[in-house]
Amino acid sequence: MSLGSQLLQYLFTGITLGTIYGMVALGFNIIYSSTGIINLAQGEFVMLGGMMMIYLTTIIKLPMVVGFFLSILIVALMGALFERGAIHPLKDPSVVTLIIITIAASILFKGGAMFAWGKETFSLPAFSGEEPVRVLGATILPQTLWILGIMAATVVFLIFFFGFTLTGKAMRACAANRTAASLVGINVKTMVLLSFALSAAIGATAGIIIAPIALMDYNRGTMLAVKGFSVAVLGGLGSNVGAVVAGFVIGIMESLGAGFVSSGYKDAIALVVLLLVLFIKPGGLLGSREKGEFKKF
Amino acid sequence: MAIPLGLGNSYYLNVLVFVGIHSLITIGLSLLMGYAGQISLGQAAFFGLGAYTSGILSTKFGVSPWLALLAAIFVTGGIAFLIGAPALKLKGHYLAMATLAFGYIVYIIFNQASSLTGGPSGFGQIPRFKLGNFLFKTDVHYYYLVWILVIIALLISLNITHSRVGRALRSIHAGELTANVMGVNTAKYKIQIFVLSAVYASVAGSLYAHFITFLNPSPFGFHFSIVLVTMVVVGGVASVWGAMVGAALLTILPEYLRAFQDYDILIYGSILLLIMVFLPKGLFVGIFDLVKKRKNRQ
Amino acid sequence: MGPILRIEKLEKSFGGVTAVDGIDFEVNPHQIKALIGPNGAGKTTIFNLISGIYPLTSGTIRFKGQKINGLKSYVIAEKGVSRTFQNVQLFENMSVLENVMVGRHCRTRSGLFAAILNSKKTRAEERRIREYSLEMLSFVGLEAKRNEAASSLVFQQQKLLEFARALATEPELILLDEPVAGLSVPETDEMVQLIYRIREIGITILLVEHDMGMVMEVSEEVVVLNSGQVIAEGTPRQVQNNEAVITAYLGKRETENASYTKS
Repeated sequence: MSLGSQLLQYLFTGITLGTIYGMVALGFNIIYSSTGIINLAQGEFVMLGGMMMIYLTTIIKLPMVVGFFLSILIVALMGALFERGAIHPLKDPSVVTLIIITIAASILFKGGAMFAWGKETFSLPAFSGEEPVRVLGATILPQTLWILGIMAATVVFLIFFFGFTLTGKAMRACAANRTAASLVGINVKTMVLLSFALSAAIGATAGIIIAPIALMDYNRGTMLAVKGFSVAVLGGLGSNVGAVVAGFVIGIMESLGAGFVSSGYKDAIALVVLLLVLFIKPGGLLGSREKGEFKKF
Repeated sequence: MAIPLGLGNSYYLNVLVFVGIHSLITIGLSLLMGYAGQISLGQAAFFGLGAYTSGILSTKFGVSPWLALLAAIFVTGGIAFLIGAPALKLKGHYLAMATLAFGYIVYIIFNQASSLTGGPSGFGQIPRFKLGNFLFKTDVHYYYLVWILVIIALLISLNITHSRVGRALRSIHAGELTANVMGVNTAKYKIQIFVLSAVYASVAGSLYAHFITFLNPSPFGFHFSIVLVTMVVVGGVASVWGAMVGAALLTILPEYLRAFQDYDILIYGSILLLIMVFLPKGLFVGIFDLVKKRKNRQ
Repeated sequence: MGPILRIEKLEKSFGGVTAVDGIDFEVNPHQIKALIGPNGAGKTTIFNLISGIYPLTSGTIRFKGQKINGLKSYVIAEKGVSRTFQNVQLFENMSVLENVMVGRHCRTRSGLFAAILNSKKTRAEERRIREYSLEMLSFVGLEAKRNEAASSLVFQQQKLLEFARALATEPELILLDEPVAGLSVPETDEMVQLIYRIREIGITILLVEHDMGMVMEVSEEVVVLNSGQVIAEGTPRQVQNNEAVITAYLGKRETENASYTKS
């Protein structure tokens, strides 16, 4: 393979990865924007989405489309349950408490998945066939096109939801000023619940679309959460545009790093980027210094 | 007759050695989390750095285990300083994620730097501690060694908490900005206590390396960092005694859960969740409070 | 000695909002001076700039002739500037006495190693910290509560504790942010007496307050702010009769707003 096609190949891989990381980051942003909480269980929603889809379509043999939407629904419900069970009852929690609770939840989700489905890795058949498409000397899997397409659809949906629906605007109001939002009649508690459910749904979607390429197992969530958080911070916590852009940046960096430098250390790339961003410009590329400061719960 | 008894004793001693090693780490972590109010999700990395530095120096470079332990303190402490200085400028979630990322990076390095660390399979033949001709080999020997060090660590920690520095740390926890305005150099103290907690973990790591005599990366990952935080939280974040109680509980408990080998993770998660929701101050302080409330009602 | 505090062309903007828009004033040693003005005039912002809580946009703040803007807050405390807060900021996880003892921090030295070794010298310093802090508690009248949890104090006592803590830093200048806000008339009276006693021991006082009667009674000079700028400065009498001040803030008749009368 010529250098050019190699580069292109890595680019395609990077874009695929970047899309997933970007979607995880979007999930982080939704909860963070509405509540100021950073949900360290975000990666588990991705894992659960993938696992649930695999279970429904390969074991229960439901059709793909049904499986797709049902999985998202089920995981969204889990997100809602998590909020009700672990977040809602807290009285004025400290940051440390919140962090530990979301970690505990991620452990429970992981354990639950292990309990339900065991420790093996699973795979999902690609949505529309395995035949790679040749583009300029490099190959793209059809699944990648699905991934990009569904990600784009998700982003469009979010833009529509937050920009044009009453509920979406209500959530943005909570994010901007909780007290004011409740004073104008917005039920803040419901908005918080919704933000968790929505975030879980997006995570699940990411998990489903990556499953044919990446293989799913119960342990996949943690690394995804950390990388997704890296992306969110790089793009500026709360900035959805930033999340998408930063996702591609990190995905491509990781792919190039794995290809040209060392594949063993590839996971470290996103982590090092995270540290550098946190140490140098916590507001991220598209955020401001003040936005970088921790929002009140 | 004697053999089962001997085995039984050795088993309990072995567990107690680990309670001691874990206590060393949690005492340091409770100073950081409970008194200074910071968080570290990467403490296992310092434990690992202590263990690997000690192990590598004594096997590959023939350094005496005692010197290796000392050297590990400086290496780990130095790294803690380098990472702590910028990281502790961050608050809350950002600090947590920075420590998590750091912990993961160290774990990846343990796995990848095979020429130094032996990669995922690690390495063995780590020499034991020696005092003259006396070799620290059995559980009994180690039991005394570890617990003497734990007692020293405890005394040091108690001295700190009752001092001007301890007050400064608590003021940082209560309100960092206010503490600063009232004359406390908060950055300096946060870094100092972060490094100190890393040093405790490093000593624990060295003890571990020269006890087990072989090392691989698996005990030093995110999973153990969470176990450590659970130990501190369960025992009671703001109490060095609580830290020991937590270490004891969560070292002994898994022994009973041997049957549930893989599901220990579920149990940790549940414990963490229950404690944080119902007894956020930890068992030690939480039960103390409950008893106080009962007394007040009478 | 020249002025103990000198504010020169001070400006502070937060993003698009200008909170402080070119302010100049001075405080002379041993004075009691007040900053007044409607809400949002920039008073607490100025205090926060002096304390080094956030950086200024432009201008200079001089304490005893030396530039202090840009210094870290704890260094400014060490130099001799202390303060109380509008919303009481006690260390709720400590006792009354311990709160004051934290105030002694910048005047003492025992660090981490000293704490670990706990030598005779360290223990002696700890005793001295305790004694001095007890004296500060007596000064404000809270000695009896010394071992109580700081969070268990009633509101007036909490404010007094903040005073004691600020005094423990041995300041030469103390910034009081709304010292009598939320206090009843007799409590305000006590606070005023305390302020006089603080001045008697040689500390300069700059205060922000809304209680006009109290301000006019206690201050020698008053600076009036509005929308981030100084609109008047002078003795209470002069300021009360100033047209611009009356229009911006005091309303039609000054007696309508005096809620504190000398007893």
